[in-house]
Amino acid sequence: MPTAPFRCSTYLALLLLAVTPLARATDSQALSAGDIAWLRRASFGLDSATVERYRELGRTRFLDEQLAGGDDPLPPVVAPLINSYEVYTTSPAKLIAEYRDEQKKVKEVDAADTNAKEMAKKDFQMYRRDLYKQSAEVELLRAIYGRNQLKEQMVWFWLNHFNVYAAKGGVGLFATDYEENTIRPHALGKFKDLVMATLESPAMQLYLDNAHNVRGKTNENYARELMELHTLGVNAGYTQQDVQQLALILTGAGILPQHGRNAVDGIDARFLNQRPGMVRNGLFAFLPGRHDYSTKEFLGHTIKGSGFDEIEQAVDLIVHQPACAQFISRKLAAYFVSDDPPPALVNAMAETFQRTDGDIAAVLRTMFLSNSIAAGYGKKFKDPTQFLVSAMRLSYDGRPITNADPLVNWLNQMAEPMYGHVTPDGFASDNASWSSSGQMAKRFDVARAIGSGRNRLFATADGEVPHADPPMLNSALFQQTLAPGLSDATRDALAKASSQVEWNTFLLSSPDFNYR
Amino acid sequence: MNRREFLLAAAGAAALPALSFSGRLFAAPANSPRFLFVFLRGGYDCNNFLVPYSSDFYYESRPTLAIAKPGANHPNAVIPLDANWGLNPVVRDAIYPLWQKKQIAFIPFAGTDDLSRSHFETQDNIERGEPLNTSGNFRSGFLARLSSQLTGVPAIAFTNSLPLSFQGASKDIPNISLKGNTKANFDQRQSAILAGMYKNTPLASAAADGLSLRTTVSMDLQNEMTAASRGAPNASGFAQETQRIATLMRDQYRLGFVDVGGWDTHVNQGNVTGGLANNLRNLSDGLAAYAAALGKDWDNTVVVVVSEFGRTFRENGDRGTDHGHGTVHWVLGGKVNGGRIAGEQVAVTQQNLLQNRDYQVLNNYRDIYSGLLARVWGLKGNQLQAIFPQAKPRDLQLV
Repeated sequence: MPTAPFRCSTYLALLLLAVTPLARATDSQALSAGDIAWLRRASFGLDSATVERYRELGRTRFLDEQLAGGDDPLPPVVAPLINSYEVYTTSPAKLIAEYRDEQKKVKEVDAADTNAKEMAKKDFQMYRRDLYKQSAEVELLRAIYGRNQLKEQMVWFWLNHFNVYAAKGGVGLFATDYEENTIRPHALGKFKDLVMATLESPAMQLYLDNAHNVRGKTNENYARELMELHTLGVNAGYTQQDVQQLALILTGAGILPQHGRNAVDGIDARFLNQRPGMVRNGLFAFLPGRHDYSTKEFLGHTIKGSGFDEIEQAVDLIVHQPACAQFISRKLAAYFVSDDPPPALVNAMAETFQRTDGDIAAVLRTMFLSNSIAAGYGKKFKDPTQFLVSAMRLSYDGRPITNADPLVNWLNQMAEPMYGHVTPDGFASDNASWSSSGQMAKRFDVARAIGSGRNRLFATADGEVPHADPPMLNSALFQQTLAPGLSDATRDALAKASSQVEWNTFLLSSPDFNYR
Repeated sequence: MNRREFLLAAAGAAALPALSFSGRLFAAPANSPRFLFVFLRGGYDCNNFLVPYSSDFYYESRPTLAIAKPGANHPNAVIPLDANWGLNPVVRDAIYPLWQKKQIAFIPFAGTDDLSRSHFETQDNIERGEPLNTSGNFRSGFLARLSSQLTGVPAIAFTNSLPLSFQGASKDIPNISLKGNTKANFDQRQSAILAGMYKNTPLASAAADGLSLRTTVSMDLQNEMTAASRGAPNASGFAQETQRIATLMRDQYRLGFVDVGGWDTHVNQGNVTGGLANNLRNLSDGLAAYAAALGKDWDNTVVVVVSEFGRTFRENGDRGTDHGHGTVHWVLGGKVNGGRIAGEQVAVTQQNLLQNRDYQVLNNYRDIYSGLLARVWGLKGNQLQAIFPQAKPRDLQLV
């Protein structure tokens, strides 16, 4: 462990010498404080590539480029790592088949041999944990290295909004499928498509038990949360009767049966043939035989029993409620702008939502080009994910890590684990939820773990940890973006740093870095 | 340097102007009351914990989940407490002895008047403690208001994040999860610099208290481990956590909160084995370990166990249960007036279900905890109204 090698003043002098501006930056204008503050919200946090692109395009064109979305291939520098993950390269159906094989291994061990049984159980837990970690890491690596930072924030936002909990049964097997194929393609698209995609996702079907919601044995868990948490908000005018009717409408939506002698790659082949009224989309299936075909009264409308079409009608009714536009707009503004966003801003966003048939990109455009966003600069305390991702971006500035396990562990420690919120409401985004005394202490610990370089981010595949110097946070990137606006208190603290490790730790712990 | 010396040194150091020690500098009087609120998140299935075994309707409603009626030498049968109620046998070693010592009471048909049957709305409703349909402060919890009414009653949440129950207090309420590593990473100089950065921000005391709490807790737990005299067994799960909680509640803190998750058993919940049984065992072992670790201070302790709602009385099609309403609260402690089923009751029949679905709430938690808190701390009417506005305090003589 390196001890403080210099006196403070010497150390600072050396740091100043070490700073050489980015070559391209010398001939371009420095960004204004307002630009930097805006960009710190449009992205998870600054890195050189994002700053450079903003310089090239200016605010509006930068925003429109981000909102255009399009394909987002794996960030090239971490693509090899992500491609080494089974959860990324293997189809969900194959993952299930494998999972069953692993389960079988445990079952086949004779219970009388308690040692062997214990070992088998431990192996199974390891296997599960490994899958979980891979899924969390795919998402975190994309968040840190993804070029479209606004989309990356929206992917996380929607993953949290349409929360699933990986540790519930087999939900975790579908986490990456959920992120890559359900949320990501629709993160900047139409809200209704996003709702339908989550409805047809195995992860959500399992997590909120709709896979068990069948004619004669209804389970209203998903029906309730679909309205309360996903679209309308609580007390939005619907009744317990509406919840029960929606549960009936949702009967039959579930996952293809995967058991039995006929299973091929984890799917029961008898269900592969199309039959009348059946709808298939990957592992999602609407099975008419499990559907309740009675006539429903839902949100003041009559919906005739007709099968899958009822679901589309119901979702259409829901997302066109004015309450939905308000609820989603307010939640977005609370995440990006302020814990208590100005009603005028929320109304403007809701108006865009309704005018554009729920076009998420259009709603974000209204928000990010509104003057209201500037009023709250520097007042939004980052949640742990925003803190971690922005800290990694500032610290490593695009340099690829080789081992993402520490990221997962740090988020766990800060109580915002990926796919780790048990209840479907997801994590809160307000300042008070993340700034209690215990959380502050934990955040400082993580700041130190990153700033010190004493971690396993560069561990090799066989677990070797090469000697890693602390990252150089006092970089040209820092000097040109955060440095000019630092508070006196933070300047004082940095001046007292007796080593680079301390300097890094103080900067990542500072209010200037943790508020945006 | 022991903890006291460290604190005095730290408090005296000019480098730590922002550090406020939230009353932790001096231990609270040894025999003052201790109160721990245990929140089971997810809505536990009370009907398979405190089993209404005299109800035929119970056995009709739960063809696969019901627990067998008490019978001689039947280890998997209900442990009868009286002519109507009995315990799930998985808590035989942990909770039944407390019942026999009359140190635990159960309050069936307890809960809130929130009928949303939503985890989040009902949890929030309970933690806020405001009457239904009032647009009070969404960031003000009843334990925070309780804490604001009391002096010399240091409060703490044993959780990673400050629960709503404790938000909005007039003083900073610390939180620290005792599940994992509690080692302090920063020395005094570093702590002072870190806290100094926040001195002019709204998070000044949170930053300072977080750093100082870490130092004191890690010293306490270290002292505790080296004080080999107790020799507590290596506990796991919730019991490990409650033993650590006991260490802090014995000396420094008087009002605590901890939560336990995993109770939302919609599918395959089991009866005397399975997910619910495992959770009940973990919880009960933890509470028994808490009582044991407190030693004589158990006599000054009240623990309440609450969940946001009960579950559907009938099992669903997946051998699980869905969100319900009324539930069973637990009140335990060395001097608790226990060994009884407390509060209003009705017979457990189909006719008496709420909406033909779940338990009614006959014992509103705001009313009964107003009554309980009045007894524990001698709180008066206007103080109770500040904690639970518009509640009608009911004294069930639980202590």
